Amino acid sequence: MSNFLDRNVKWLFPLPAILFILVMMVFPILYTVWNSMTPWSISAGRPPTFFGLENYQKLPDDSRFVASIGRTFYFTILAVSLEVILGVAIALLLNREFRFKRIINSIMLLPMMATPVAIAMVWLLMYVPTTGIINFVLRAFGLPEGLWVYNAQSVIPALALVDVWEWTPMIILICLAGLTALPHDPFEAAVVDGASTWQTIRYITLPMLMPTISVATLLRLIDAIKTFDIIYTMTQGGPGFTSETINIYAFVQSFQYFNFGYASSVLVVFFAVVLSVSLLVTYSRRSLEI
Amino acid sequence: MKIRLMLALLLVLAIVVACAPAPTATPVPPTAAPKPTDAPKPTDAPKPTAAPAATSAPAATTVPPTAAPAATKAPEPTAAPAQPYKGANLRILVANHPWYDYLKTILPDFQKATGINVTLENYAENDLVQKLTTEFTAGGSTVDAFMQRPLQEGKLFAQNGWYVDLNTFIKDAKKTPDTYNFADFQKAAIGTETVKDMLTGIPIVTEQEVLYYRKDLYQAAGLQAPKTLDELEAAAAKLTDKSKQQFGFIARGQGNPAVTQFSSYLYSYGGDWFDQNTKKATLNTPEAIAAFTLFGKLHKNYAPPGTTNMSWPQAVAVFAQGSVASYTDANSIFANLLDPTKSTVAEKTGVVVFPAGPKGSVPYSVTSWGLSIAASSKNKDAAWEFVKWATSKEIVLKEQGVGANPGARASVWADPVGKSKFPADWVAAQVASANGRGYDRPLVVQVGAARDIIGTIITAAINGEDVTAAANKANADFQKLLDSEPK
Repeated sequence: MSNFLDRNVKWLFPLPAILFILVMMVFPILYTVWNSMTPWSISAGRPPTFFGLENYQKLPDDSRFVASIGRTFYFTILAVSLEVILGVAIALLLNREFRFKRIINSIMLLPMMATPVAIAMVWLLMYVPTTGIINFVLRAFGLPEGLWVYNAQSVIPALALVDVWEWTPMIILICLAGLTALPHDPFEAAVVDGASTWQTIRYITLPMLMPTISVATLLRLIDAIKTFDIIYTMTQGGPGFTSETINIYAFVQSFQYFNFGYASSVLVVFFAVVLSVSLLVTYSRRSLEI
Repeated sequence: MKIRLMLALLLVLAIVVACAPAPTATPVPPTAAPKPTDAPKPTDAPKPTAAPAATSAPAATTVPPTAAPAATKAPEPTAAPAQPYKGANLRILVANHPWYDYLKTILPDFQKATGINVTLENYAENDLVQKLTTEFTAGGSTVDAFMQRPLQEGKLFAQNGWYVDLNTFIKDAKKTPDTYNFADFQKAAIGTETVKDMLTGIPIVTEQEVLYYRKDLYQAAGLQAPKTLDELEAAAAKLTDKSKQQFGFIARGQGNPAVTQFSSYLYSYGGDWFDQNTKKATLNTPEAIAAFTLFGKLHKNYAPPGTTNMSWPQAVAVFAQGSVASYTDANSIFANLLDPTKSTVAEKTGVVVFPAGPKGSVPYSVTSWGLSIAASSKNKDAAWEFVKWATSKEIVLKEQGVGANPGARASVWADPVGKSKFPADWVAAQVASANGRGYDRPLVVQVGAARDIIGTIITAAINGEDVTAAANKANADFQKLLDSEPK
């Protein structure tokens, strides 16, 4: 008995965690994969049967699906790159002692705490071209007005703006933590060597902060690519289908068209996309550090 | 060493035992529990708020249902026992709708009279459909009755066998006394609820498309309320002054929701979605293209910018704020437009019948909501008691006379009380459109997909793109959908 325990203790300890992961994570994913190989649709009037990869063969011909992939990346890259640039810049600004620092820090956190659906509703109202406050302010300053989410061309940037507003604070937070953890010696050496502020930032702060920035980027990237709440609340994928990301499209296929099998295949592809993006970023980060 | 290991093993076992029941219980909704925690859905945001009514049920509800009939010592009565379903529990899913808002206030009367406990769960319309679909698909649902949109889900639910055919109750004299007067329901409304001879639900809300217009603006410009679509366009042009943020027209422009409110334009131009006999799509006929073009032109030239992302809540908000002169939409949302607490222009807003196109004025006239019984219900008879009560003349009269919900009973519309809550011009428009077309969207199983396809033409028309090209493409897609429909 004790022999058995001695030999297998390394399996026994993580057993509960493994069971949990199997039931709560592996099973749903495998079940989705199985679903994606059936024509399951409650509007078809017949029970689902296994039919292999037929759903996947339809995907490349589905113009809405193909367009949604590009749109997902457009939204993600736009939002995350703005967030990283703004986030790092603001973190550098805040990384010193001044009055009201604590108050400003807490205010910065508020967008992150709020409910995305509530945020989206408020932004939707602010974006209304005729009566919304954003155009009202622009008009007051004599600036050109925008149609924001009410127009096919501007809808994705307008949505990305909401995402930037909500999630830049997270980058700031992570970068501030990274900045406080940096050693002081290189900065002192830079001062002795007569480096300007810009040179210090460019050649010392940013390179040393790089690992932190890339972690923050990775976290935001994975999150942004999966964005659902803001987009669904504000546009439901419209006008037309011009803000329909993969996530929204899968949702529409399953809960508005009731094609659960096909929606599963969309989701499996989406899962692969998210997975490969995170692997890619992790890999590039590793190579960056070496 | 051994003791430590044994302890460790015990700990592991304890954790396993503690964890095990939780994961196995969650994926499948328990059938026995009164309120199953539904299959996990990320978008299930709005929590059901059970109506407080249940708590105010009579104290006698603890009596087991079987004992109830014996309590009434009627001597082999010709009449059924007063409370045959006493103690039954009903779970009823409804949509956030004025009909429900009023019904929950009078629900205690029903519970007192029958001894049946009713729990109402309310959801936003789309969430309601998702909730029903997941529960019915997963099996083991405890839903007894539910609100449904016959034109949207009727065929789909019927095909999956989720409805009880209410004809079985209607034709059973024991379950439905003559006083219920089923013949009193408007024929068109019953027709909407009927799928292949099966009565899927009892109609509770009807609606027609009308034109709301600003009497003051029209008068100031020397215009009458438009009688034709040409007059509407001319008036919209005259009343649009973009420099003053004043617009002549608004309607839903967001592809999918706009489809139903575009239907009256299509019909009035002589078009239709598809030929019912040949199952051929007719979205690119000259009539249809003319209708799409006009609808797009009204939006593009005379409506506030951004209508392609507007459904009725946004359109109502813009109209109520006072910057729009005319608005076509369902007459059932009139409370939002004619109530001074909700609209700054309530007093100045008039209602007229939908303007005539080349083929006359052909608005839709439909049953937008009905009340159905779930095939999986274990209390079908008790559920019918509820449906029968909620759709009885007495309650419909109350709903319509106090709650201002336009019902489907002819006798209630004939009753002065039934009309009292509605403005005179609203009633006139309602009467004039009552014979309109009985559907406001294509009658197919995959309504959601069909609406998205048609919506692409509407979006293209509003954006000033090539309507004919968009219609041709959508027609091909729609034909594909029609061909895939089960026979």
